[in-house]
Amino acid sequence: MSSSSATEVPSFDVAKGWTLSPEVAIRPEKFGALAYHYGNRRLVFLKSPELVTLVEALSKFPSVTEALHANLAPERHASYARALARLADSEVLVAR
Amino acid sequence: MPADLSLRDRFKQGLDAPICLTWELTYACNLACIHCLSSSGRRDPRELTTAEAKRIIDEMVEMQIFYVNIGGGEPMVRTDFFELLDYASSQNVGVKFSTNGTRITAENAKYLAGLGYLDIQISLDGADRATNDAIRGEGSYDAALQAMEHLKNANFGEFKISVVITRQNAGQLDDFRALADRFGAQLRLTRLRPSGRGVDTWEELHPTAQQQRDLYGWLVNHPDTLTGDSFFHLNALGDPIDGLNLCGAGRVVCLIDPIGDVYACPFVIHDEFLAGNVRAPGGFAKVWKTSELFQELREPNSAGACASCGSYDACQGGCMAAKFFTGLPLDGPDPECVLGHGETALKAQPVQLLRRPSGDHSKPIPVALVAN
Repeated sequence: MSSSSATEVPSFDVAKGWTLSPEVAIRPEKFGALAYHYGNRRLVFLKSPELVTLVEALSKFPSVTEALHANLAPERHASYARALARLADSEVLVAR
Repeated sequence: MPADLSLRDRFKQGLDAPICLTWELTYACNLACIHCLSSSGRRDPRELTTAEAKRIIDEMVEMQIFYVNIGGGEPMVRTDFFELLDYASSQNVGVKFSTNGTRITAENAKYLAGLGYLDIQISLDGADRATNDAIRGEGSYDAALQAMEHLKNANFGEFKISVVITRQNAGQLDDFRALADRFGAQLRLTRLRPSGRGVDTWEELHPTAQQQRDLYGWLVNHPDTLTGDSFFHLNALGDPIDGLNLCGAGRVVCLIDPIGDVYACPFVIHDEFLAGNVRAPGGFAKVWKTSELFQELREPNSAGACASCGSYDACQGGCMAAKFFTGLPLDGPDPECVLGHGETALKAQPVQLLRRPSGDHSKPIPVALVAN
């Protein structure tokens, strides 16, 4: 279910705009959501409702940094930026 | 971020829809494997019609079940098999189907290769003809390899070779691996359960304690091997094998059988684990969300006899089905507990308490009439 992804890690630039991949479907769950990528057939867990809200809001902001500021308290920005980077790594997020 | 452990705890409380839904399309099968988890052979006259099957696929779309594991019986013997495959595909429901390969031809392999959203698992239980055919029946090895040739020639891509680990094939892991490499396939190893006809054969087929330890070591060294999350009972031996590492029965896993009955998992086709039927009002979604059995399975369970064992967090007490069909209490050790607690518990049983599966679709054994 969680295969490794050592190859082709996209660089995750928080100054740029990112969005949910058009190949990904999100299924809300109590803990957060499941994200399924129809292309690479990987199932990824979004482990908190805040992360789901953030992911869904990304496309409305010109950069990740601005999306973080609008959605979360400053002390949580670093950990959520890391979570987003992992989602970019799994191709759940794509650069705009 | 909550840690992974808390995610596992969330999974134990159940999800809004399953992650791993197995759907057995028919009890009909042209083979008679001695360990068949669903005692398949004869078609059941009550099996779902094409329209009812399509309704299940519609429900998967509504519930956002992204993919389904189709099996049987032999699913390809259903005359509407390709129609259902097309229907799922058109609704963006991914299909992974398990087959013995006998119905894969050069022609339909090309067709299957053209369907975008499809995985195929060819079952094989021996790396050589003798080992495989002793379990799956004469000719089944050649048929499976023929199917693999067809898929390879059709450029299907990476299909899966699915092996149930037994005492007889546990020493052939490297050979299975070589076979998979030869076909550009992925190797999938799963655990034998004492389910279906396996109730009668588990005793002689299940791997020895030493074989289990060797298997664990092999899996750790070959992390790209698929396991269907079925070996989490081995995690008491060391670092966990990749996977969810919990019994997902009724929580993230369930089975829809050919007549629409919903069971907690594919390995417990027994009245005690029957949650409902998809033909009832509310369909599958209602069974998944509200059945009493599934609500119960999502309650916190006690570690029971395993509470004092330091490895409980690693192995979670093992497989519910394996315990149930060997007559062990569900809150005790797995019969194949790697620390030996299961073996002790089995020996302590006053009589062997083998439970029988509720249904049996095995073909009748031909009786030779002797004239006297």
